[in-house]
Amino acid sequence: MSNITETDSLVTSTENPVSGIDQAAGNFKYDMTYDFDAGTGLNERTVDYISAVKKEAPWIHEFRQNALKTFFSKPLPTHWASKDLENINFDKIRYYLSQGQKPKRTWDEVPADIKRTFERLGIPEQERKFLAGVEAQFDSEAAYSNIKEAVSKQGVIFMNSTEGLREHPEIFRKFFGKVIPTGDNKFSALNSAVFSGGSFIYVPPGVKVSHPLQAYFRINAENFGQFERTLIICDEGSELTYMEGCTAPKFSTATLHSAVVELVALRGAKIQYITVQNWSSNVFNLVTKRGLAHEESEIKWIDCNIGSRLTMKYPGVVLKGRKARGEVISIALANDGQHQDTGAKMIHAADETTSTVVSKSISVGQGRATYRGVVHIPRHLKGCKNNTECDALLISTNSRTDTYPAITVRGDRHAVQHEASVSKVSAEQIFYMQQRGLTEGQAMSLSVNGFINDLARQFPMEYSVELKRLIDLEMEGSVG
Amino acid sequence: MSSLEIRNLHVSTGDKEIVKGVNLSINTGEIHAVMGPNGTGKSTLAKAIAGHPDYVITEGDVLIDGKSILEMETDERSRLGIFLAFQYPSEIPGVSIANFLRAAIQARMAEGEEVDASGFYKRLYQKMDLLKIDRKFTSRSVNEGFSGGEKKRSEILQMAMLEPRFALMDETDSGLDIDALKIVADGVNQLRGPNLGILLITHYQRLLGYIIPDFVHVMIDGRIVKSGDKSLALELESRGYDWVKKEFAHA
Repeated sequence: MSNITETDSLVTSTENPVSGIDQAAGNFKYDMTYDFDAGTGLNERTVDYISAVKKEAPWIHEFRQNALKTFFSKPLPTHWASKDLENINFDKIRYYLSQGQKPKRTWDEVPADIKRTFERLGIPEQERKFLAGVEAQFDSEAAYSNIKEAVSKQGVIFMNSTEGLREHPEIFRKFFGKVIPTGDNKFSALNSAVFSGGSFIYVPPGVKVSHPLQAYFRINAENFGQFERTLIICDEGSELTYMEGCTAPKFSTATLHSAVVELVALRGAKIQYITVQNWSSNVFNLVTKRGLAHEESEIKWIDCNIGSRLTMKYPGVVLKGRKARGEVISIALANDGQHQDTGAKMIHAADETTSTVVSKSISVGQGRATYRGVVHIPRHLKGCKNNTECDALLISTNSRTDTYPAITVRGDRHAVQHEASVSKVSAEQIFYMQQRGLTEGQAMSLSVNGFINDLARQFPMEYSVELKRLIDLEMEGSVG
Repeated sequence: MSSLEIRNLHVSTGDKEIVKGVNLSINTGEIHAVMGPNGTGKSTLAKAIAGHPDYVITEGDVLIDGKSILEMETDERSRLGIFLAFQYPSEIPGVSIANFLRAAIQARMAEGEEVDASGFYKRLYQKMDLLKIDRKFTSRSVNEGFSGGEKKRSEILQMAMLEPRFALMDETDSGLDIDALKIVADGVNQLRGPNLGILLITHYQRLLGYIIPDFVHVMIDGRIVKSGDKSLALELESRGYDWVKKEFAHA
């Protein structure tokens, strides 16, 4: 019933031949029929439809409707952000598409066309090899969700947010929307109105999940918006590594991805959240991510942004408890026609809290990388530390990079350090590598991999290999 | 046996002609030293053969085994067997020597083939032992923070691993103290053999005390004005370049 379409053929424009070249792996789609479709455009009925399909409790339905009002009332943040946001046509987007609300527990039960998609992306294979659990979201809902028995026996809850709301409302409601309130920004409000899918994780006190849990977000439909909502709670002294990957086929029209991710690390807990995003060059990726770190806990975001048309994402940590630690490691690669507007927010709200931000960006061709950082340390605290380092690499003479650090430190009992550098791959360097037999593309790729090498080494092996592969593909296509 | 033939080569950079008609033929197994004062076009000759984009060949040809290489990209020329040992090698931050060499060897393999990691390291360590290079060296980023001697040793190691047919060694002796010079010369002597032709560009005779060339050429003002055997180098050492210049002016 389904035909495979190589979506390249849909794109007639050749004005930007290199952007999106990295989608070699993700650039395919199978034609689908959806049993549930909220239609095109956004109004109260869209929200009613989503809520009804999910058979939600009245409080969450009301939460959504209020969020919709907030969304409509908030202006786009174009006074500081890219005007490209104005090109998002909210009336042309489809807000909910699914084949059902209950994910399958085995790959055999997953509908053939969806299963084929995830097999082609290598998800079932990764699951067998090194993961403690996988959730695979296809457009609006998870098609597959499974956690290894050994992990669930420890009391770890891992499911999609639709199920989480239904099965664990007592935990869900307590933390949901508390780290990132609806009105945080226009897109967190949008997500709060129409969210669907995303992960819900609870790790009980003292449980250290030995292998990563992974979610994979796949956009398949054209003119579609994906609005997953992830909520992770690590109870006292527990530890978790969560990884997410994402792809979409390349369409000639814009696609919107606008997620909200909230993390809560209770006393002494450790959360490591790794993203390797590989969106196609038509995707607006506008994501709000924030963690709340209680006493002596640690939240670490590792955020790799490759692809997309415009990414705006500033993972943050609110350091609420004494001696809490926050870290953001951000890698962004902006190819021709792409704008990676990324960074970090570190809000110190307790004594002796520590935060670290390391950002490396690469701009290729007319690609633009922007770093925005907020570090906030108020006067009444003591012994807070922040270290920020942002390095930019420019590949071409017309590449662009900007850095906007906003550091507010009051009082004299803190230590803050900010370092920034901009470097360029020189023609001599490329000649040197070419003289050793590497093509120009391979030479660029090696320079870029060298530039981020010290960060990539901190990733789990499988992800650093994947990141290197994506950079190779991206750089191969950027020359010639 | 392979041959590298340089025919009436003219090279310009910007509007300025630097190399003004060089003829030179090198066979594998031979070492040719090109000597001459600063600014006579020796380095330009080497870079132009390697395909540096800043150097434009306005006339003449460069052939390997009778086939012109001038239409080839720098990397194609490299894979064909031309190696340039740089006078000032570039730094590649974050890329270890081992990974750099691995990428260079990978680039020489057919599509779908992968470098065998254990075989690669075995060969790498063999070459390093041969060149008396410490094993820790390979995990350092290429040329980053290297001393002058380390940079040159890294060039020789790369040459050993890539096994070119023709090595163009551009002022390999510059900036080296006598101990470093000996180590580098030892390395070159280890690698010399019937399958390698070397074009040794040097300003000073002292390197030729350690690497004995088969032929010596004197380059002045973009041309090779005198050729001979190793005794020519000794003559230059004792008499300087002025007499050759005079001879050349008269000719």
